[in-house]
Amino acid sequence: MAGDTTFHHGAPKAGTAPIVQMRNIEKHFGNIIALAGVSFDVLAGECHCLLGDNGAGKSTFIKTMSGVHKPTKGEIFLNGKPMAFSSPRDAMEAGIATVFQDLAMIPLMSVTRNFFMGREPTKGKWLFKRMDIDKANSATMEAMREMGIKLRSPDQAVGTLSGGERQTVAIARAVYFGAKVLILDEPTSALGVRQTSNVLATIDRVRKQGVGIVFITHNVRHAMAVGDRFTVLNRGKTLGTAKRGDITGNELQDMMAGGQEMASLEGSLGGTV
Amino acid sequence: MADVSEAVQDERLKQEGFATKLMKRPELGALAGVVAVTIFFLFTASDTMFTLSGVMNFMTPAAQLGILAIGAAMLMIGGEFDLSIGSMVAFSGLIFGAFVVTFGMPLVIAIPATFAIAAALGALNGTIVLKTGLPSFIVTLAFLFILRGASLVGLKIATGGSTQLRGVRDAVGDDWLTPIFSGDAFTGLFAWLAKQGLIDRFSSGVPKVPGIPVEILWFVAFALVATYVLLRTPQGNWIFASGGDENAASNSGVPVRRVKISLFVLTACCATLVAIITVIDAGSTDARRGFMKEFEAIIAAVIGGCLLTGGYGSAIGAFFGAIIFGMVTIGLSYTTIDQDWFQVFLGAMLLAAVLFNNFIRKRVTGER
Repeated sequence: MAGDTTFHHGAPKAGTAPIVQMRNIEKHFGNIIALAGVSFDVLAGECHCLLGDNGAGKSTFIKTMSGVHKPTKGEIFLNGKPMAFSSPRDAMEAGIATVFQDLAMIPLMSVTRNFFMGREPTKGKWLFKRMDIDKANSATMEAMREMGIKLRSPDQAVGTLSGGERQTVAIARAVYFGAKVLILDEPTSALGVRQTSNVLATIDRVRKQGVGIVFITHNVRHAMAVGDRFTVLNRGKTLGTAKRGDITGNELQDMMAGGQEMASLEGSLGGTV
Repeated sequence: MADVSEAVQDERLKQEGFATKLMKRPELGALAGVVAVTIFFLFTASDTMFTLSGVMNFMTPAAQLGILAIGAAMLMIGGEFDLSIGSMVAFSGLIFGAFVVTFGMPLVIAIPATFAIAAALGALNGTIVLKTGLPSFIVTLAFLFILRGASLVGLKIATGGSTQLRGVRDAVGDDWLTPIFSGDAFTGLFAWLAKQGLIDRFSSGVPKVPGIPVEILWFVAFALVATYVLLRTPQGNWIFASGGDENAASNSGVPVRRVKISLFVLTACCATLVAIITVIDAGSTDARRGFMKEFEAIIAAVIGGCLLTGGYGSAIGAFFGAIIFGMVTIGLSYTTIDQDWFQVFLGAMLLAAVLFNNFIRKRVTGER
């Protein structure tokens, strides 16, 4: 598993400073400690996989990074400067875009209308200020073509797209609006084999444009296929970061599951998990 | 790898025909309904129904309902209901009547003041819905009763015991704003057309139809503006987004709260416009004004292609929905059919529209 795969085309250049760096992040909800010291960073043009089982704190971590939650303790640096996001909007403006599992897509609306939802291009002034439909349509078609998806028409409702295509629209949208860091929340969890490979290919394509990607997943195979670095989150803590080639899929799997219990489980399942 | 395989047109997709594309427009059902109803009355009604005066006859109630229906449609697209529109017509009528008759205000003050009060009530409706997260159905149902009751009580206070407030016509008769809200427009043109013999006239040379009732102009203008806003402005996109998926919309930076409250304000203002037009027209206001109009407006919006779940629909569809309504209400009196069939017809129409909309939604989203 550790070898190069279709989706991996070389590590990012060495010596680049991280775009976003998070140090010893803690997040408490009342007496529940959701995050108990998480350190994580993303470089430009890399895919940093964050692995963790359900309940490990992945969602809380993403929400902290994307400005939904404020960390209880710890520091966030953006391009080396300390940052405190007070809303997702703040984070978005700073170039941190998040594609949540619900994708923020509306099935009944067209691809274009979804693509520009909340950020519609306009032309004209005052009372005649209107949506620039032609520009929006051509920008959408162009952005989707770059991602390798040929739309029948920009009027096509998002509901008619496949899960993988929707994921790609969401990623293309984030990139179009200038994301420097793209957080993908389990983008492959509900997809079939072929659609998964399409999304992984999209991730690779975006990485090559110099965007730093945070790929959250609990699927080691998907992570190994595209990741440059791997960080495992377990019980609210990061268990360290490994570079591609320094770690095997089995090791990651064990770390995610917390080692021992998994070993006994695997025994009964014949090592197939 | 994906470059090659995906960029090729998927061989499993059939080319869409023109008819399929047309099927995906939300207003198609309503347009088909107008055609069907017209054909029905062409065969059953007397010829006078489709003369100029006959058309004005059914377009006037259609316009009054239509102004409400377009507001209701926009709110429904935004994902909410307003059951208090009908009561709001009565309440605004009372406020307006009291302003001009009891306080003797000129229209230039009374009209904006009435709109301001209605807008505040609409905003209150919206704020309660959004703050509590309760369904708008139940909150506005409460206001349906509150406003209806308040109109009754208010009328008794304003008139000293009566449930009808008279004397509006005398109070506003010579106001310069009156012609904008009541009477007929283009009377000069119609007189000229009659003189040329282009339209029906009485033997005295006066045209049988003196002009276009102003509410029809308001109705048409509002339908055009609403359609433009929905389809061609960022705000229109926000309305569809707010109704389609509140969460997704606000995560994408759509000011969902502001959009929804504005829409509640809009429906309240639509009710007020109808109240002002009909109160000046009738010269009086009473507590039954706008009775059941909330349901009729929602039915017209649904016939016009709005989904009850929000996020889909059209203003032009509601426009046609209201015309269907007007044609059926008035049209039956031109036929030998018992007019009490009206409600049966209405229910059947609503059922057909909902089934049709459901089918269309599945086509659009590709659900199976």
